[in-house]
Amino acid sequence: MRLINIDKKSWTGGLENLYGNYRLFGPVKNNKHHVFKELSKGELPDLNYLNTLLSPKSIVFSQSETMFEYSLDESKEQHHILKEINKDYSPQALIGIRPCDAASFQLVKRNFDTPEYKDPYWLRAYESTTFVGLACSNPCSTCFCTSTGCGPFHEDGLDLLLVDEGENFIAKILTPGGENFIKSAGWETETDPVAAEKIIKNMKIKAEKKIASFVSTDQLKNRSAIDLYAAPFWEEIAFACINCGTCTYACPTCWCFDIQDEVSKNLGIRMRNWDSCMFPLFTLHGTGYNPRNTKMQRVRQRFMHKLKYYVDKYDDGIQCVGCGRCIRLCPVNIDIRRVCDMMNKYEG
Amino acid sequence: MHMPEYTAKIKEISARLLKEKKVEMVIGFRKGTVPMMNEPCFVKMPEDVKELVWDSNCGINLANYLTDRKEKIGIIAKGCDSRNIVTHIIENKIKREQLFIIGVPCKGMIDKNKITSMFENEINEISEHEEKIIVKGEGFEKTLNKNNVLQKNCKICIHRNPVIYDELAADLLDEQKDIDRYEDVRKIEAMAIEDKWNYFDEILSECIRCYACRNACPLCYCPTCFVDESRPQWVGKSTNPVDTRTFHFLRAYHCAGRCTDCGACERACPMGIKVRTFTKKLEKDCLELYGWEAGLSLDERPPLDTYRPDDPEDFIK
Repeated sequence: MRLINIDKKSWTGGLENLYGNYRLFGPVKNNKHHVFKELSKGELPDLNYLNTLLSPKSIVFSQSETMFEYSLDESKEQHHILKEINKDYSPQALIGIRPCDAASFQLVKRNFDTPEYKDPYWLRAYESTTFVGLACSNPCSTCFCTSTGCGPFHEDGLDLLLVDEGENFIAKILTPGGENFIKSAGWETETDPVAAEKIIKNMKIKAEKKIASFVSTDQLKNRSAIDLYAAPFWEEIAFACINCGTCTYACPTCWCFDIQDEVSKNLGIRMRNWDSCMFPLFTLHGTGYNPRNTKMQRVRQRFMHKLKYYVDKYDDGIQCVGCGRCIRLCPVNIDIRRVCDMMNKYEG
Repeated sequence: MHMPEYTAKIKEISARLLKEKKVEMVIGFRKGTVPMMNEPCFVKMPEDVKELVWDSNCGINLANYLTDRKEKIGIIAKGCDSRNIVTHIIENKIKREQLFIIGVPCKGMIDKNKITSMFENEINEISEHEEKIIVKGEGFEKTLNKNNVLQKNCKICIHRNPVIYDELAADLLDEQKDIDRYEDVRKIEAMAIEDKWNYFDEILSECIRCYACRNACPLCYCPTCFVDESRPQWVGKSTNPVDTRTFHFLRAYHCAGRCTDCGACERACPMGIKVRTFTKKLEKDCLELYGWEAGLSLDERPPLDTYRPDDPEDFIK
C-alpha cells in the first residue's frame, strides 16, 4: 500500500489531468450549502466543508432515473417493447467524500448486490466510481459514526483516503482503483509510509476524541423484535413526525425506490424514483388496503428497519453510518440517537 | 415578560389542567436535541409538564397536531397557531369544546437557516436573553439582535397575540404597526412573465419532493393529497421541474384564503426553499379582493367557500 504526498500547489494540476479520464464529482457550495455535483472543467471541489446537506448517494443512485423507453406507436415495428436507454458508465470519481458516506455505499450494496439479485443500474454506476475519501478532522456535534462501526478516518468503501495536513494531503492508496486515480492525476511523490501512517494515526485519534455523540447498539440484537414492535414508546416518538420524506431522502443508507411509467403522446419511459417509508403511498395495496396506514406505524417501520430488522438479517450492526443528517434536517427534531437508545434499553 | 417566565407559566397552566382533568393531554414543545430546534410533544401527566419549554425556536405550527383528534386537548398557541386553530374549527377538523387554548403572545421565532449561514463553523449552542441571541460554537461566541434574525414571516407579523384563547401565558403585546407585508410579492408581480417563470423555477430547482412543506402545514390535511393520488395519477413523481412546479403552485392555491403565513412550510424545508413566495401572493390577493385575513374570527366563512353577489370578478376574462 503506497502513501503519496500531494502538495496542494499541485492539486489543481492533478485534477486537470484527471478531468479527461474521469467524470469528477465533489462538494461545492451553492448559495446556501454544500452539495455534491459534477465538476465542470476547472471547477474545484471545496474541501473545506463539514458535510454536505444531502448524502452523495444520488451520484450512484439518482433520485429519478430513467431505465427504459418505449413507443406506443403501432406503426413502428418495435412498439410496446421496453428498450434500455444508454447511459454514461465511463469512469467517475467522487472526490472528498466523507468516510461515513463511503461506508454507506458498502452498506447499501447489500441490498443492490445479492447472490440472487443484482441491480444493474446501481452496480454499473457503483463499479464505475472511484471513491476518494477526505478524512474528517472536524466532526459535527451530531456525528456518531464511531458508534456505528465507522469513524472519521474509516477506510472501508474507499479507494483512496486523503488526509489534510494543511499545506499538503497525504493520500493513502487503498485499492488498485485508488492507484489508477493517483497515476492519472500524476501525483507521484511517495512519502515514507511509516512516518505518514504515524501522522495519520495521531490525527485519527484526535478526530475520534472530538466525536461527542454516541448511541448504544449492543443490546439491539438480543431484544425481541415482537417486543420492540409492541413497545409503548412509539406513540410518543412518532407524535411530532409530520411524515415527510426528509430523513429518508437525506439518509445515505436508505435505498427504497418506486417504479413509474410516464407516457407523453406515443413515447413512454419507465423510471425509478426514491421512495420513502414515511409516505402512506409506500405501502398502499392495489386493493386500497394499507397495512401501514398510520403515522406511528410508518415511523416505527423506519426505526425498526434500521435498528432491528437489518441488525437481525445481516448481523453486522445497524443500518446507519452515523452521519447525523436526519437529525440536522428533521423539521420537528426527531432524533435517531434518542430512539436507538430507547430501543437498545427496552427490555419488554 | 421573558422566555423563562413564559415557560414557567405554560408549565403551571398545563399542570393545573391535567391535575383537574380538564384536558387529557397538553400539546406543546420540549427542548430540542440540536440548537434552534424544539420538538412538538404531548404531556399527559402533571409531573411531566417539566418537559415543556417556550423560546424562539417554537416555529412549528401546533394546530397541525390537532387534526381530527378526539381527546380534550390543552394546546399552546402563539398568534399564528391560534389563527390556524380558528381555521381548523371552521373547517370541522377539531371542535372548540375539545380545546383549552393556552395563548402565547409571541415575540417571533428565529430563522435557523439565516443564523446557520452567518457562521463558517458549526453552532453548538444558542441561548437567549431578552432581545439578544447568543450563539456559541467552537472558537467563537457572538451576540445577535433577535430582531435581525427573525423568521421572515415573524418580522412582518401583525397578529402576534393569539386571536382565540382560554388563558394567557403572558400579557398581550402591542402589535407591530405600519408593516409593509407585501414588499417581496410586489417585486415579483412587477417582473416580466418570463422572468417570473424563471425566478420560480430557480426557487424550486432544489426541491426534493419530500413534502415537508405540505406536511408541516396545518391546512394540508387532505386524506390523500393530489400528488399522492395514483388512480388516476395527476402529477409525476420524479423531480421533473414541471411536476415539482405543479405541486407547489397547486398547493399554494389550495391554501388561498386559509394561509396565516405561519411560516411552518419554509421552516420545515430541508433545502431552504422560499416556499412562502407562493402562498403569500395568494394571501395578498385575498386581502385585496375580499378584505380577508384568515383565521381571525369563528363567525365568518372564508371568502373562497362562500358566494356574495358583489364578489370581485375582474379576474374573469
